[in-house]
Formats: sequence, structure tokens, C-alpha cells
Amino acid sequence: MNLDFSDEQKQLRDQVRRFLNEQCTPTTVRAILEGKERYDGKLYSGLAELGVLGAAIPEEYGGVGLGHLELCVVAEELGRVLAPVPVASSIYLAAEFLMLAGSEGQKTQWLPKLASGEAIGTFALSEGQGRVGPDALTAHVTNGKLSGTKVPVADGCDADFAVVAAKDETGGVSLYLVNLGDKGVSREELDTIDPTRSQARLSFDEAEADLLGGIGDGWNIATQVMDRAAVLMAFEQLGGADRALEMARDYALERMAFGRPIGSFQAIKHILADMYVSATLARSNCYYGAWALSSGAAELPVAAATARVSATTAFQHCSKNNIQVHGGMGFTWAFDCHLFYRRSNALALALGSLSTWESQLIERMSSGNIESAA
Amino acid sequence: MDFEDTKEEAAFRKEVRAWIDANAPKHLEAELRRANFGSSGVVSEDPIVAGKAWQKKKAEAGWACLHWPKEYGGGARTPIERVIWGQEEGPYGALSGPLVIGHGMCGPTVMTWATEEQKRELLPPLASGEEIWCQLFSEPAGGSDLAGLRTRAVKADDGSGDWIVNGQKIWTSGAQNSDWGLLITRTDPDVPKHKGLTMFFLSMKTPGVKVVPIKQANGASGFNEVYFTDVRIPDSQRLGAVGQGWEVSLTTLMNERLSIGSGMSAGFPELFRFCMEAEIDGKPAVEDSAVRSKLAQFAVRQSGLKYTGMRAISALSKGETPGPENSIGKLVAGATMQDLAIYALDLQGQAGVIWDETSPQNGRFQAMLMRSPATRIEGGSDEILRNIIGERVLGLPGDIRVDKAVPFKDIPTSGKRK
Repeated sequence: MNLDFSDEQKQLRDQVRRFLNEQCTPTTVRAILEGKERYDGKLYSGLAELGVLGAAIPEEYGGVGLGHLELCVVAEELGRVLAPVPVASSIYLAAEFLMLAGSEGQKTQWLPKLASGEAIGTFALSEGQGRVGPDALTAHVTNGKLSGTKVPVADGCDADFAVVAAKDETGGVSLYLVNLGDKGVSREELDTIDPTRSQARLSFDEAEADLLGGIGDGWNIATQVMDRAAVLMAFEQLGGADRALEMARDYALERMAFGRPIGSFQAIKHILADMYVSATLARSNCYYGAWALSSGAAELPVAAATARVSATTAFQHCSKNNIQVHGGMGFTWAFDCHLFYRRSNALALALGSLSTWESQLIERMSSGNIESAA
Repeated sequence: MDFEDTKEEAAFRKEVRAWIDANAPKHLEAELRRANFGSSGVVSEDPIVAGKAWQKKKAEAGWACLHWPKEYGGGARTPIERVIWGQEEGPYGALSGPLVIGHGMCGPTVMTWATEEQKRELLPPLASGEEIWCQLFSEPAGGSDLAGLRTRAVKADDGSGDWIVNGQKIWTSGAQNSDWGLLITRTDPDVPKHKGLTMFFLSMKTPGVKVVPIKQANGASGFNEVYFTDVRIPDSQRLGAVGQGWEVSLTTLMNERLSIGSGMSAGFPELFRFCMEAEIDGKPAVEDSAVRSKLAQFAVRQSGLKYTGMRAISALSKGETPGPENSIGKLVAGATMQDLAIYALDLQGQAGVIWDETSPQNGRFQAMLMRSPATRIEGGSDEILRNIIGERVLGLPGDIRVDKAVPFKDIPTSGKRK
């Protein structure tokens, strides 16, 4: 038994961290928050050149062919620096859809471009307020043409294509590849709680739709891919939680009040200890998820939901208490605390809300065995 | 990253499984599996006798105290082998409950501080379960502030070099069954509190030692008060130098947190089983969305603990030393257990108040509710553990200690304020 990353994977982490420390500072993130760009294109192509976008994509499709453990390592580092790039949409989701269910033609067309960063893909599922379920979808495909609205779609304004979940002609849910540059597609950027990861409304009016996977298999495939993405996103959340904890710790050491560093007060120290606890539990659960993802274990559905629930909880807990430890300064625009607070609450909703994942975790445990958590 | 046994581990597991299968007291298995929180569950015979018998059998075959060196009666096994042993021993592990403090805390302290001769005399009977040890640390005036303890050891005035001990200890687990005790005393009240302490070991049958069980809030009596009246201890039973007791105690306390925190269950599998069986409006509770949200949060805390333990074992097997980060185990398990018990009773509705043989799972959750406050206090309270994480893991400064440079006798106490 060995619940840890290998030395090579740790070297990869160090390499990615060095790269991001130079290429993705808080100034980089603020430029997206405050400027017109929706993501940092230079950073994204830098990541592609480093080979990390294609870490889990096989070499025959233009990737590096390492594996998902390596991608988990990368995700954690992206989360630490709040990287304003469409990796989750394009790599955790679009590339995974293609690898799991794409035809040879679809894979050959898109995977090399996703790995090289030339193209961006995304996944369009939600259609507005409330939880997403297969019955409630109204987007539909008739005679190979998609009509309907998807909102919010992460990176929808910048993606070249989307994997869209829609009702097929039999009334089931199927997945379709839709080229977002086609006529019949209109996109609109949305105002959100976290402008450093852009969101869009996509409207389809008889847009060309290319079936991905089997007819009626859409929900099943989407569930599997979202489990895989959930593990990767959990690592991003873990990275963010850890960084928020470090910021709070550093501030508690440096900020003086009543003649002493505020970190010497138990009221502050215990908040920080609890942040450490939630981040540590999340890390352990994430490693469990990483193991299940990389080994193709039958436990993946439970492990993914476990990692996801734990990491969402930890990032939200750490980001809100990071502000609390900073006091009033933590609520200024100038301090970076709100960047983490925004991202933690945005990621908590991406791929489905916390309560959705909580429910899925228990549903999956009750239909399987509970030994995994015992 | 994997959960698979290596070839060697698989071979070891096979060996362990075969031995346990051939030797375990199978007539006790059903009782052990029904165990309620806070006891081994053995009722058909004396649990101390049953525990000692199992330990003796293990010792004779080389399976006792796997983490100890062989010359002191241990098995000298690797961390991974210990984990495999624990998995295979399963419910029978609970039989060793009365020996845990000796094996996990007193033994390692003796091993670090006693003379070679003493180690060879004291440790083998502890390893084999013939002798039980207890830890005489906490006092009415010194729990979290352990160094505030007041039990006095004074050199006898007869020139023998012996020490005469007077005072009182409290919260001593298993003192009533113990043969030996590890005792920390104050030998110099004129120096600051951490500097005037000295550690001894003594036979619990020494004249002047009196054990009085404490009736606890949950009605049980696992803890004791231990009174010392003119108890004479030879100087040869001192561990460490005079005045070095604090340093010696740290050996014990770090081992305490490791042994208490590792692999603790917070009770989730039992709650989950209950929710599979219980109904809300004619449907299994586990299908209710509010129940699911609650359960999921308990589930991830339980699995987080489990995999944190596995990460610690992975680090240990690579030769890394376990550090203060292991304080997290008991901190999470204790609080989770309490919240979980409260929630289990909530799901039972008004009948949750009933605590008898008709209660779900034989009253497990009621027992857990009533025992869990102690888990959050014993072996380092939640607050002390948070201080340890804050100061020793995160590197935050210690609190200002108003008693640090003051001679012990001048420190204000509850009965004596300045």
C-alpha cells in the first residue's frame, strides 16, 4: 500500500509550481478579473508547451501520455494560483468526453488540438436555475440539428466546440459535439461571482450537432465523465484551500494587535487549526479519488463524490476563514482574499452543487458497499 | 499510488490470516462484533482475563507488540506489517483494550529512559500481557496544564535515597487492573513548573497506593482516582534525571496521541447501516435528501480520517517520522462521533430518548452520545490539539505564558489567587 504520489510526480509538481509562480501571479489573475480578456491566453499556451494540457491524453492523439495522477498534480497547482485558464472545461471535461466516448474521427479531429491548446472545448449541461437532471433537459436534437439554451457554460465564449447534452429524437438524453463557430449558435458572456473563470449563455437554433457516443447513452457517459472531472476539480479546490490557509497563516504571523502577533491568540490559532484539518481531510480524500481515477477502480463513483464533497467543503471553509483572519483588510479589493473566496464558491457549483454531490455520494454508497468509508 | 499488497505483504497477510484463523478465541467473536462504543463487548467472561489470554497466545507465537524490538518481547515488524496485522486481527483487536496504554505509551517511555536491565525485566511481561500498566499523569489541578501537577516526591530523610510520594492523580484509565504505573511528580516547587518534575515507575501494589474508581457522567467507571500516601519509591525506579520529568513525559504524550488517534472510527458505518434500515415516511431514511446531506458530511470526515491514516503509514514505511500532524485523528474522530450520535438520536424521533435493549443497534448511539464528551477531552483535549496543530504544524507563536518563569510555589491557583 502506498497512498502518495511518486518521486517523479512530485518533480512534476515542483516544475509546474515554478512555472506558475512566474507565469501566474496574483497580478495575472487580477488582469482577468478587472480587464476585458476572459482568460490568459499566454499562460494557456505556456501550459500547453510545458505538456501539462496533454498529460493524460495518449501520445497517438497528440498528448504526453502520462496519466491521470499527473493531471491531478497539475490540477492542484492550477488551483493554488487560481489560474485563469480554461483547463477544467477543455481538459477535465471535453478531452475526457472524447477519450471515453468519441469516435476515432472525433478524437483525431479534436484531441491533438486540445492538447496543444490550439482549440478549447467545453461541456454544456445546465439550462438555468435549479439542479440538473436528465428529465428536465429541454435542449433537443431533431434531424441532426440542435435547438435550445444552455446556461451557464464555462468558457462558452471562448470554446471552439461544446459537448452538449440534449434530448434526442427518442426522448432520451444523448451527447452532441457542436462547433460553436457555426451559424445557429449565439453566445453571450455572463456576469458572475468569479469573473476569473468566464461563463456564457449559449443559444442554439438548429445548429449542426454531431452525435458523441450512442443514442440514449448521454446521461450515463456524462455521469462517468463528471466523476472523472470531479476528482480533477477536487485537486484544484485542494490547491486553493491550501493556499488560502497559507495566506491566513502568514498574515496571522505578521499582523500585530494588542502588542502581539494575532496568531498567538487561540481564537485565531484555532480557526487556522480547523482550516488545516479540513484541508488535510480533503487531501486524503483527494488521494483516494486520484487512486480510483488512475486505476480504473470500481469505487470511482464513490471515491469521486467523496473527494468532491470533501474538497468543496474544505475550499469554502478555508477561503471564508482566510477573510476572517485578515479582518477588515481581507474585505478590501486590494487584498487577494476575495479572489479565493470567489473561486471557491464558483467551483462549488461547477459540475453540480455540493448538495447534489452529497446526495450522489450516499446514493452510490447505498447501492454498493460501504466498506470504502469504514 | 495503490492499495494493493506487494508480493511480500500478501505472503505476510496469508501467514497472519492462517495463524489468527487457527488461534483466535472464536467463541467470543459474536460478542466482540456486537461491542458497544467504549467497551470490548465481552460479557460471557472477564474481559481482562480474556484480553490477557489472547495477548499471551500472540506473544508465544511472536505476534505481540509488533512495533517493539524482539529483545523486549516485541515482534520487530515494519509499519506496513503492523497495519496488515491490525486488519486481519479485526474484532479480536478489541480484546487488547486493557493493554493499549502499556503497549502504546508506558512501554515506549520505559524503552527510551530505563536502564537496560530494567527494560529486560519490565518490558517482556508487558508485551505478553502478564502485566498491565497505567499512566499516572493528570491531576485535579493539572490536566491540559499537566505541568501544573502537585503530587510531591521528596527524598526520604533516612539516607536510603528513596523518594516519598504524597498526592493524588485522576482520570487514570485502568488503574484498578494495573500492575505497574508510570508516575510523574513534583520534586522541586522552587523552580518554574516544567523544571521541577521527575518521572518514576512503581508497582501499583506498593503500600500507600489507593485506587478509587470514578463514576463517570455516562454511568460507567473506566477512569480512577489514585491516592498516594507516604508511598516509598526507590531511586532506581526514576526515569530520566531529577527535574527531567517534563521531557520524559513528552515521550509518553506523543505516543499517546499516536496510539489514540490512529485508525479511530467516528461511527459512520454504524450510522449508515442504521439509515439503510430506518424509515422516514415509509421510505428508507437513506433516500431522504436532508439525511443524505448530513450523512455525506459524516462520510467524508470518516473516509478522510481513514486515508489520512493511510498516508501516515505510507510516510512511515518510507522512513519518515510521524509528527504532530497526527493530532488530527482524535480531534476529528471525537467531535464527529458526538455530532453523529446526536444525529442518530434525532432520526429515531421521540424514541431516541430510550436507551435500552430495544434501541437500534442495542443502544449504540445512546452509548456513543454519552461517552463521546470524554473522547474530546482525554489524551489531549480538542483545544490542546488545536494548539498543537497551530503551533507545531503551522508554526504560530505560543500564547503568552504568565507562569513560565515563575517558581511553581508562587503560581496562582484556583484556591490561591494573588
